[in-house]
Amino acid sequence: MISVRTLCKRHGDRSVLENVSAEVRKGETIAIVGPSGGGKSTLLRCLNYLESFDSGSVKIAGFELRPGMAGGDAKTLRQMRSRVGMVFQQFNLFPHLSAIDNITLAPRIVKRVETAKAEALALELLTKVGLRDRASSFPHELSGGQQQRVAIARALAQEPDVLLFDEPTSALDPEMRDDVMEVIRDLAKGGMTMLVVTHEMQFAHDIASRVWVIDKGTIAEDGPPSQVVDDPQTPIAREFFARLRSAKRD
Amino acid sequence: MTRGLALVIATVIAAGIGCGPSADPKGQTLTGIKQRGEITWGADIQGGEPFVYENPDNRSELIGFEVDIMNAIARRLGVKARMVQYTWSNLVPSLERGDFDVVMNGLEATAERRERILLSDPYFVYAETLTVRAGDSSRSIFELAGKRVGTLNQTFAHDILLMINGIEAKVYEGNEEPYRDLELGRTDAVLLDNIIADRYGCTQKTLYCVPYDVARGSYVIGIRKGDADLKAAIDGALAAMRKDGELEQILRKAKLWDDRQTVAEAGPGVNRPEQSFDGDMFMQFLAAAWVTLQLSVIAFLLAVPLGMLLAIARVYGGLPVRALARLYIEVFRGTPVLLQLFVLYYGLASYVNLGPMQAAILGLGLNYAAYEAEVYRGALLALPRGQGEAARALGMSPLQTLWHVMIPQALRIALPPMTNDFVSLLKDSSLVSVITVIELTKRMTIAAVDLRGWLVPGLACAALYLVLSVPLSELARLLERRLARDQRPHTL
Repeated sequence: MISVRTLCKRHGDRSVLENVSAEVRKGETIAIVGPSGGGKSTLLRCLNYLESFDSGSVKIAGFELRPGMAGGDAKTLRQMRSRVGMVFQQFNLFPHLSAIDNITLAPRIVKRVETAKAEALALELLTKVGLRDRASSFPHELSGGQQQRVAIARALAQEPDVLLFDEPTSALDPEMRDDVMEVIRDLAKGGMTMLVVTHEMQFAHDIASRVWVIDKGTIAEDGPPSQVVDDPQTPIAREFFARLRSAKRD
Repeated sequence: MTRGLALVIATVIAAGIGCGPSADPKGQTLTGIKQRGEITWGADIQGGEPFVYENPDNRSELIGFEVDIMNAIARRLGVKARMVQYTWSNLVPSLERGDFDVVMNGLEATAERRERILLSDPYFVYAETLTVRAGDSSRSIFELAGKRVGTLNQTFAHDILLMINGIEAKVYEGNEEPYRDLELGRTDAVLLDNIIADRYGCTQKTLYCVPYDVARGSYVIGIRKGDADLKAAIDGALAAMRKDGELEQILRKAKLWDDRQTVAEAGPGVNRPEQSFDGDMFMQFLAAAWVTLQLSVIAFLLAVPLGMLLAIARVYGGLPVRALARLYIEVFRGTPVLLQLFVLYYGLASYVNLGPMQAAILGLGLNYAAYEAEVYRGALLALPRGQGEAARALGMSPLQTLWHVMIPQALRIALPPMTNDFVSLLKDSSLVSVITVIELTKRMTIAAVDLRGWLVPGLACAALYLVLSVPLSELARLLERRLARDQRPHTL
């Protein structure tokens, strides 16, 4: 489903991603963890080309991404993005549209689905995320957790092959995180291919089929949670988890 | 020391007062003139050659036959003459206010003026001359029913046109424009004093001046009521000038001498019926308010999308597009809208012949687009970065992103300044009277002349502007509440 080959990205003379290579199979859920500034979000954003990269390649949902894709590739990028959904830390719902309109907008204008059909699907998705009764609410009338669940429904409405989550619970109060994590957990159970950048170790441990520890632009460790979280092998991963545990004790 | 300072201050204050209206007590103007050794006269150099105008060889010097006549009168009174620049249509009210001693600037002897101020004996007899396009068979104003005839505001010619049923009088402020519009086919004839027709109209090959006088009238000097002694002095001086040939000499020098000057007395002019602010005038005000509203709404409907395009060009465009948008904004925002209207209507007339309403709407629309563009640019830049990213991540094209995500949100933010701009446009629309559109403010100034007072028409005009603008800002407020319901004020 996803194949990353020797991906490199620089900001000036600072290397953000260094020779990252990885494979994700259909139905896998990858939890991406690691210290801030290590390159987790950048890697995720390179996967749907919200950010470009300097060398290497990405194959995702049947599309091949290369460095320097521009105007001529705009159509390919759009097609790819309607197969790859993304959920942001700040939700980024469209504030001028109701929940249901947020969800139906892209299917209607990008995929040209009939309004009635798009709305039926949107209501189904809202039911799935537990917000069937808030269909006509506007984003500012919803709590943070509810907004993020609408954002997930919006990403799902394109019927994507892959979902990318960029710290989906970091902007939420602790009591609201559970609802959002519950939705992601259900998606994982349903066999959706997902990459989730997160700081919630327990969550990563519970839902992930694999955990990546990313620091200094490389995937330092890649394996099942029982191995990576409970018994990290590399010094980088070991140090990261140790620091996390000591922070939790404080 | 302090006394010296006080003296300086007193002198400065006295000098300041000296620059203001000549504060002679009522009926004491002649005494004041003699005491000051100076007679001040109001005129407008926009009337141009041959009345009062700047010497092309020496711009600081005023010349013209009226300058010569006034200097001769002053000399005979034993004082000096000084011209004071005023807008022509305000000369009589300004005389009444006491801003200067007399008016002399092609002021026609009409019965209406005779009621309002004192008029001297004539110093020039003119003829109303009808000008048509060469090849047009019309020879009399009575053949022009249903046609458009240009003239100047507040003139005897305008009065004549108003009396003839079916003629649509187009009112101008400058001498040249009526003849240009006649050449361009925007009007069918021009009726103006021969002194103007000879210089601005009959010289054009494409125009024909009908050789029979439509009417005759005379130019006189306007004097405040109560200053009978000043009138007697001026009449005496004029009579002496006529007798010893100085008047003829001055008029010959200006190439204005003709047989008409030897006719004893010109006709008294027509008396326009006394008018009051009645139902008819109110309907005229309503019609003018409708023009103002139409003009403003359509111009704004033009300014909004054009402004949005310019803003998008400035925010998202490549370098050449950005530069062009910036140039447009700087040019239209940095030059007076009045100038833009003149250029559109008169300047471009030989390339695109726009009607006055079209030119007015286009001019205001293009001008306001520059302002709207900056408002929308600010609004677009204020949108969170994540909005564009979310749209892109959903596979939307740049156009879809703009149309469905960015523009609706930018408009919500821009609504309060847009309301501001619309109200401002509503008032700026009064500027289009320079290209002969009669909108609310123009209607008010016309009515003020007819009614001989500014207060009633001024209040009616103000009330109508408020009737137009208040509901619109109320509408905008409702719209804002609907569209921007999440934009609540922050707690401070």
